[in-house]
Amino acid sequence: MNMGQREYIGISRAKGPLAFVEGIRDVGFNERVEMTLPDGRLLQGRVLEISTELAVVEVFAGTGGLDLSSVRLRFAGRPFQIPVHDQMLGRVFNGLCEPLDGGPAPVSKTMRDVGGQPLNPVARAYPRNFIQTGISTIDGMNTLIRGQKLPIFSGSGLPHNELASQIIRQANIGGGEDFALVFAAIGVKHDVARMFQDVFEEGGVTEKVVMFLNLADDPSIERILTPRTALTLAEYLAFDRGLHVLVVMTDMNNYGEALREVATAKGEIPSRKGFPGYLYSDLASIYERAGRIRDKKGSITQLPMLTMPNDDITHPIPDLTGYITEGQIVLDRDLHKKGIYPPINPLPSLSRLMDAGIGSGKTREDHEHLSSQLYAAYSQVRQVERLASIIGEEELSEVDRSYLSFGQEFEKEFIAQRPDENRTMEETLDRGWERLAVLPRSELTRVSEAEIEKYLNKR
Amino acid sequence: MSAKNKDGENSTGEVIWVSGPVVKARGMRHFRMLELVFAGKDRLVGELIELDGDVGTIQIYEDTSGMRPGEPVKGTGNPLSVELGPGLIGRTFDGIQRPLERLREQTGDFIRRGTQVPRLDREQRWDFEPRLEENTDVAGGEILGVVQETPMVEHRILVPPGTRGRLTSIAAAGSYTVEDAIATVTHEKGETTLHMYHNWEVRRPRPVRERLRTAAPLVTGQRVIDVFFPLVKGGVAAIPGGFGTGKTVIQHNLAKWCDAHIIIYIGCGERGNEMTDVLNEFPELRDPRSGNSLMDRTILIANTSNMPVAAREASIYTGVTLAEYFRDMGYHVAVMADSTSRWAEALREISGRLEEMPAEEGFPAYLASQLAEFYERGGHVRSLCNNEGSVSIIGSVSPPGGDFSEPVTQHTKRFVRAFWALDKELASARFFPAINPQTSYSEYVDAVLPWWQDETGEAVGRYLEQARAILRAYQKLQQIVRLIGEDALPDEQKMTLLSARLIREGFLQQSAFDPVDMFAFPLKQARMLRAILRFCDMGRVLVKKGVPVYRVRELSSFGSLMRMKASIENEKTEEILKLQGQVEEEMHRLAREAQISEEELGTEIRSQETGGKEEGGEAEKGLEERADQMMEEHTKADLYQEAKQHDIKGRSSMTKEELAESLAREREEDREKS
Ligand SMILES: Nc1ncnc2c1ncn2[C@@H]1O[C@H](COP(=O)(O)OP(=O)(O)OP(=O)(O)O)[C@@H](O)[C@H]1O
Ligand SMILES: [Mg+2]
Repeated sequence: MNMGQREYIGISRAKGPLAFVEGIRDVGFNERVEMTLPDGRLLQGRVLEISTELAVVEVFAGTGGLDLSSVRLRFAGRPFQIPVHDQMLGRVFNGLCEPLDGGPAPVSKTMRDVGGQPLNPVARAYPRNFIQTGISTIDGMNTLIRGQKLPIFSGSGLPHNELASQIIRQANIGGGEDFALVFAAIGVKHDVARMFQDVFEEGGVTEKVVMFLNLADDPSIERILTPRTALTLAEYLAFDRGLHVLVVMTDMNNYGEALREVATAKGEIPSRKGFPGYLYSDLASIYERAGRIRDKKGSITQLPMLTMPNDDITHPIPDLTGYITEGQIVLDRDLHKKGIYPPINPLPSLSRLMDAGIGSGKTREDHEHLSSQLYAAYSQVRQVERLASIIGEEELSEVDRSYLSFGQEFEKEFIAQRPDENRTMEETLDRGWERLAVLPRSELTRVSEAEIEKYLNKR
Repeated sequence: MSAKNKDGENSTGEVIWVSGPVVKARGMRHFRMLELVFAGKDRLVGELIELDGDVGTIQIYEDTSGMRPGEPVKGTGNPLSVELGPGLIGRTFDGIQRPLERLREQTGDFIRRGTQVPRLDREQRWDFEPRLEENTDVAGGEILGVVQETPMVEHRILVPPGTRGRLTSIAAAGSYTVEDAIATVTHEKGETTLHMYHNWEVRRPRPVRERLRTAAPLVTGQRVIDVFFPLVKGGVAAIPGGFGTGKTVIQHNLAKWCDAHIIIYIGCGERGNEMTDVLNEFPELRDPRSGNSLMDRTILIANTSNMPVAAREASIYTGVTLAEYFRDMGYHVAVMADSTSRWAEALREISGRLEEMPAEEGFPAYLASQLAEFYERGGHVRSLCNNEGSVSIIGSVSPPGGDFSEPVTQHTKRFVRAFWALDKELASARFFPAINPQTSYSEYVDAVLPWWQDETGEAVGRYLEQARAILRAYQKLQQIVRLIGEDALPDEQKMTLLSARLIREGFLQQSAFDPVDMFAFPLKQARMLRAILRFCDMGRVLVKKGVPVYRVRELSSFGSLMRMKASIENEKTEEILKLQGQVEEEMHRLAREAQISEEELGTEIRSQETGGKEEGGEAEKGLEERADQMMEEHTKADLYQEAKQHDIKGRSSMTKEELAESLAREREEDREKS
């Protein structure tokens, strides 16, 4: 069988991002296609469906302006691959791994499929080392663990970019060992990308950063490839080069929309809100590319960001993301309106890997109980607030009133912090105890007597 | 059930269409439906799921990237099957029973497609001990001999179902591989050589002698399950819940602590790290009953969310077939499937690619019947060899948006008999397990009560009724509390809230991570509940007689009851009795201070103990009263604001009374929804 490249001229039909090519032979499913236009422009695509008569090709730049009869197609004989090399650190590429920084195209002897391969579950090492971010609601109540996938759920106009850049600036990603940052912009505005670039420059880490930019005015279908390109390099850096890699991806909502666009063009049967039925598996093929591997040094920690349409956490993208990732950090519009930064609402937030990464010898012995107590207390605050809005504060019992003052202090002194405030774990935990001091002791049922004695009474 | 048709190997088709995990081929006339095939030049494993004349549709269990029209499809003559024999326990398999450790040895950390490895180890030798003599008549399901597979599991080598005849030879005790011939059965059609393993198709339930009624609970060590919503050995349960509500933690807890002999844990379309977690933790954990390593009774089936979707569909069947095999030896097996929604979505994806007519939310019309067939494979049986065994199934359900009205949850509800509904609100307050006592149910409650009586000597049935009554009353009071605050309630109702708090936080809530609390023996559970109810009963009488509730609340035994779950170990339940003694002592002291005679206290308590149900009614009366009070205390504007928040239709034309009423109704509905 001819494994080489095969060239054809002309496509029979185009629809949205799809091109339909007839009369081809020896073309495989998921194969990379390059299309050359008469003006020399080069378009990239891949085969979504193939039969004896017809190939359905997904064109990343869209088929707009395509002259059907004159386009030349070249089938690559293999899936979409990118070169991977540590000299790609410090560079800027588009979603297809083409340079945007004026530098040369990357070269490497090692080429990797952007789709990746599933990591064998028995090869994984369970993530257990916490990353200190200096942000109390994260470190204290939703601890980030190296190798975790922990998304930020936000809404339009909420400061998720500020939060992400604060995390990037403050987090000890490598914990003393070598690290790298991979940034994937998926359909975001220029100023957002610019802002992150500034953060990297100011932090003096540009040499450790690789950026893959698909901006708002770039072809939308390229967004399907962008996170995969980024993760393919990240996997190489982590598992071939032993680096601790933090992958920041924003905005996954745009990713989902690109996927929906293709599914709709293909005429697939939609499930919820027009998204294809395989959205879960598709998102999982991105998010599961985080973690650690037994006997290997590096790690991939993912910090995907997404804006929830109408702040709706049950929308398919945040919903399915939450079902795949190992928790979520949820930003809250009410806190934002109260002027609290970062407006992280701890109640719907969660870090599922936290339990293994905290406690004595890791963070502090009281961490688990303290955090559970803070959750319980703050969730009580929300109930008391609801009640107060009905009967008025004066009518509240003394205990309830103590919850209200706990709530205010907690929001002001624990959740809120300056965008440049980098708290130690010790300080975060102590701040937690200080807030609990306003509650009657009898309300503190999640912490032990000994802990109360040691951390609360001694103050 | 091994190769029926050797010629099958030779039939060859040709790929004509590829779309993700679904491939069409022609030249398939001589293939059988559901035959296992090797597709393409990489020989990817697939299953023939549709046959239309000469054209067959195949679902492929591996990534199809690069597959081209024109590539060959080879038949095997066999349906998708598993290998049943020694070498299963303690291993991790993928959805079609390929051992993942072996795959890793061959292809490294990432799974490469087209890799063939034997399912059971062909080299490993096992010490076989015959249990039958030559020249006896044998039939399918009989025990030929045994292999001590792990310290916990005696693997009973079964005559494959369907085989019958005279045992003309059987191997002497000794060490053999699974492929060595260990017996010969002679029958009219000739001779059959038996090995220590046989094949069984995954989609065909294994035969049994009869189905039995079940009475013994599957003890899970989780208090809210064992006491409030029990499961029996051979029972079927579902755990629906939105993301992060605690399904996986419950499944892991059950896998760790339930009193089944064998655990089959199916990670179906979920996280890789959750498998790693089990693999790390289980070998270190000890079975609380035998002291052996928990991995010595556990089999993992892993099709994580990034592994091929068609194998996800198969993983459920692979798991339940292994379970039936151990059941047939006479074991109680528990199957955890996390999550059945991912399996249903795999069905949907394949069905979508086939362009079948979808029913609800894109799911195929046969979703319900497939779910029914799966849960139907659970049960308590007498096996062909006359042993009792069971398969219990616990399936997680992951409803989109946490909305239980979606098809998978709804259909599952029809086929399971215990339903542990997880609640987002409870989870976000870190109240775990977040099983909502209002929306959950178990149809096995009554069936297991005699067992509780025998096992613990405690009247758990009565405790349960009392505790439920308190919780019901609490639910109703909550609605009022939300409107007027706890402070405005009379002391008796405050006492009900206090009781409920003790039950909820001191009993129902259970940490999966606290070394003492994570698992409670039945005796501990029963005694805890009794001590708590003692406090509730006596406290209530005292409050009724005029003792202020805060005095009851201040008793030092209150705090001790709250903490006993984590402070008193399973083996030290006499300390719970002591604590109960302390409760009684303190209550009597309070009574003396309030000049209530012992006698009075005694009679009141006895009447309480039997009158659990009244409490609900009383609260109901309370509800009306409170609603009236609310009417008095609040202006219409207040109520209107509330109604607006709840978006109550027609609020602008309502009277004050109507507003109060519809608000109350709204709350009821809210609660039911959550
Ligand atoms: N019994 C428990 N004790 C303590 N913590 C718990 C308990 N149950 C759940 N949790 C907490 O809740 C988190 C989420 O639980 P889990 O992973 O089981 O959710 P899930 O329902 O399986 O979610 P998903 O559908 O996304 O898989 C856990 O990581 C843990 O922190
Ligand atoms: Mg889960």
